[in-house]
Amino acid sequence: MAKKPVNFTLNGDARAAFAEDGQNLLEFLRRGVGDMSPKYGCGQGTCGACTVMIDGETQLSCLVLAEAVDGKEVRTASGLPSPALDPLQVAFMENFAAQCGYCTPGMLVSARALLDRNPRPSREEVIEAISGNLCRCTGYETIIQAILAVAEGRVRA
Amino acid sequence: MIEFRKEFFANERDDDLNEIGKPTRRQDILGHVTGRSPFFDDHQFDGLLHLRCVRSPHHHARIRRVDASQAEKMPGVVRVLTGKDVPANLNTLLSLLDFGIDDEPILSDKKVAYRGEPVAAVIAATEAQARAAVKAVRVDWEVLPHVLDVEEAIKPGAPKVLDIYPNNKFVYHGKYDHQKLRFGDVEAAFASADHIVEGRYQMSPIEQAPIETCGAIAAPEQNGRYVCYTSTQALFFSLGTAAKVLQTPSSKLHFVGGTVGGGFGGKVDSIHEPLAILGAMLTGRPVKYAWDREEEMQVGAPRGAERWYIKDAVNRDGRITARKFIGYFDSGAYTRLSSYAIIKGVGHLPGPYTIPNVYADVYCVYTNRTPATAMRGFGITGVDFAIETHMDKVAETVGLNPIELRILNSYRDGDMKAHRREAKNCALVECCQVVAEKAGVTLSAEAKAATSMTGGGGERARIPNYTATDQNGRVEGFDTGSYARKGGGTSPVSASAPPNPQPARAPQPASPPPSAKTPEQAPPRSGPPPQPPGARPAASRSGAMRFSSLAGFRRR
Amino acid sequence: MTSTVLTVATMGEAASAVAQGATFFAGGTIIMRDINAGTAAASLVRTTDPSLKQIRISGETVTLGAGVTMANILANRDLAFLHPVARLVGGPQVRNMGTVGGNLFAPHPYGDFAVALLALGARVVMAGQGGARPVDDLLRDGTRSPGLVAAVEFARPRSGTFGFLKVSRVKPKGVSVLSVSALLPREGGRIRGARVAWGAMGPRPQRGTSAERALEGQSLTAETMGRAAAAAAEGLNPETDAIATDWYRREVAGVHLRRMLEQMERG
Repeated sequence: MAKKPVNFTLNGDARAAFAEDGQNLLEFLRRGVGDMSPKYGCGQGTCGACTVMIDGETQLSCLVLAEAVDGKEVRTASGLPSPALDPLQVAFMENFAAQCGYCTPGMLVSARALLDRNPRPSREEVIEAISGNLCRCTGYETIIQAILAVAEGRVRA
Repeated sequence: MIEFRKEFFANERDDDLNEIGKPTRRQDILGHVTGRSPFFDDHQFDGLLHLRCVRSPHHHARIRRVDASQAEKMPGVVRVLTGKDVPANLNTLLSLLDFGIDDEPILSDKKVAYRGEPVAAVIAATEAQARAAVKAVRVDWEVLPHVLDVEEAIKPGAPKVLDIYPNNKFVYHGKYDHQKLRFGDVEAAFASADHIVEGRYQMSPIEQAPIETCGAIAAPEQNGRYVCYTSTQALFFSLGTAAKVLQTPSSKLHFVGGTVGGGFGGKVDSIHEPLAILGAMLTGRPVKYAWDREEEMQVGAPRGAERWYIKDAVNRDGRITARKFIGYFDSGAYTRLSSYAIIKGVGHLPGPYTIPNVYADVYCVYTNRTPATAMRGFGITGVDFAIETHMDKVAETVGLNPIELRILNSYRDGDMKAHRREAKNCALVECCQVVAEKAGVTLSAEAKAATSMTGGGGERARIPNYTATDQNGRVEGFDTGSYARKGGGTSPVSASAPPNPQPARAPQPASPPPSAKTPEQAPPRSGPPPQPPGARPAASRSGAMRFSSLAGFRRR
Repeated sequence: MTSTVLTVATMGEAASAVAQGATFFAGGTIIMRDINAGTAAASLVRTTDPSLKQIRISGETVTLGAGVTMANILANRDLAFLHPVARLVGGPQVRNMGTVGGNLFAPHPYGDFAVALLALGARVVMAGQGGARPVDDLLRDGTRSPGLVAAVEFARPRSGTFGFLKVSRVKPKGVSVLSVSALLPREGGRIRGARVAWGAMGPRPQRGTSAERALEGQSLTAETMGRAAAAAAEGLNPETDAIATDWYRREVAGVHLRRMLEQMERG
């Protein structure tokens, strides 16, 4: 099997690694590069636990071909602190917006992409932005509250 | 939004709450928001191998032959496991708690009883290679008739799901093919009732659907030990199960868990740990066994389906004088936790209402569906749905507001429950009153004035003078060993009991595995004084108080 | 089976690979699932050709490159009439990935954007082949590879003549119970050249010919809507899946067609 070199930026750092043929970005980031923050939940683009940003857009890393990020900028939840915690991370802690924590990294990436694009979203826009991220235990309300707390300037990192 | 109604039961509570009503930060939340919480699959191993199972495409079939010779030659394949590689290839989940007969193979080698049942496991260098090799394993099936409905399954001549349980019904207490509850005489009450209200209720299986699928990674450590990172919700349950199945002292197994990506009951079945560790033992390398989403949905044990028939005797004024239940729990192909769920469920009947005559026959039925297991309040949720839907039907029949009907029939402090326990700390009346207020429902003056602390006890505290009993469903000549027998023996399972002897090459341990024994052997703690002799009916039973609701008696 | 993915720089190279039997990899939201499950074709090809991502609007003609994503459409103000369609495809991440071309090949119950294209009477431009063919032809036969879709083109509908409705159990992100779309051009207040398209009412998006007949030549009155609704399910054979039974889909098709028509009438 041919291995393909992938040169990309991960959370601001230049990285190079080999991708297996047909390997998805999720496996590549986790096993190949060692960023464990994107999670496997379904491998079919339904749950959003593997959400990452590619050139500023949220994508599902389980459905992205690893080699396709060659030359691109990838951001994951582990890269949110810079170096202090992102206000969203603080808000999630303060609002009990994570219970088991498994959907949290994907949820944070979706929330960050929203606020980067639209710093003052409405409640409806928040709901829309996280509609591709499933949560089974926390309940969406505290997550929505946490994101709105940042949007409304009620959280300082 | 949360509202604190401190006026209720104010004299029963010191008003010194330190935590309730204030936000609390989880101790593990920093890991969650930074993506650093260590879920089982977040541990990196060099040379990690991937295990995937060959699964039955049939609901019910005999296995004539498993041919892995092609698969073994596929790229990346390190080993293919079948039932003969598993040291003790038969288990039941609650055997560690001395409840139930071993009925479920780890890798089935004689027959399969549900679609997706594993018959072999491929271990390969990559997941893709394991998937490809799984398709190359040839299984020669003899397809058998199957049954997917609980009431069909108990009809004469129905396909036999498990050889050890006659007529596809679990045997309770070694005596009956169902769990009984008898309190008073329902038939007499039906004969004199103003109304008879009957209903049939059904709940489908429900998948827990955690976002993290179930799985485990095992790897050799030093000194012959194996480490196992697992998504289990029940670490010591999984440890004990692995020790039993692998015939290995638990001291050789180093389990690491506690970080679970959602469980809801679906992660207690200890399916992955034994095979991952066995893989690590037989290959000498780290092995990961995890379900993909499709497996999680298809073979991951759900909350089981339930079907209930309820018949009430009701007075014109809305008082329920008798309630009769016939219930069928769909256990699926194996026992797992369903037999226990029913004991729990029957202990919950007739719901939070004081009804002087109660009758229940509840069956744990085997069908060729995915085995059922735990899920949030399992054993209770299905019948609660049935009871509360039925309460609405009763309300409609007598022309009462449904909230009013519930207040009228609610448990009050001091009432005698159908289990011959006194109702204490009741609060349903108050809950109903708040619901009515929030929903804008006007209650009668009586319902408004009712409280849980008044109106109970007295006549309502009495056990009926006469309770109608029967021997229906008596099973003769069935010896289950000691499970669930009040004050019974200590051997885990009677090897001679099942009509179909267990395979000889899966020997029963002469004594319980060390992990299960440890709590009994632990020296008594110096803290609380020992219970006075005779204070507990089951005190003579070694270790029996570990999980008392199984055997039908309680600690308190 | 393990799949091999070939990456090429131009659409021409990709088209040759497809002609030789490779499967084209577009946004990945469908094919990558198969790769993950080990059921994808052995040979896949993708291209980094930027022309696939072009949106051209000249006069009344709209041309969408096959690689244009749902998010690209949502970001384009000139395509506002398509926003209600693109917004209902997948969740935000899928809209950042899923393409116009890929949606034409999405299996049941996906492919809601293709339903709108079918109603719009879009034509499909194939790479390396002259001219364009009706999207109807492409959707009718899903078994043979038609080659590589380079773009779709269609006339921008006049205001008030295009409608779309997607019904899903989960909101705001859920797969289709069904989707329905219509193009109802008017001549002197009468509908001329009605096109109705259904999604999830069969294996692929398909025309609702019975509803079209009920609408053709009529003005969009309550009575016309009622007749179209009554005829809606004729000739449709939807599938039974986890979302809905075939019976349910047929039963509610007319209800939702009427709702969409009422919505169009209100403007």
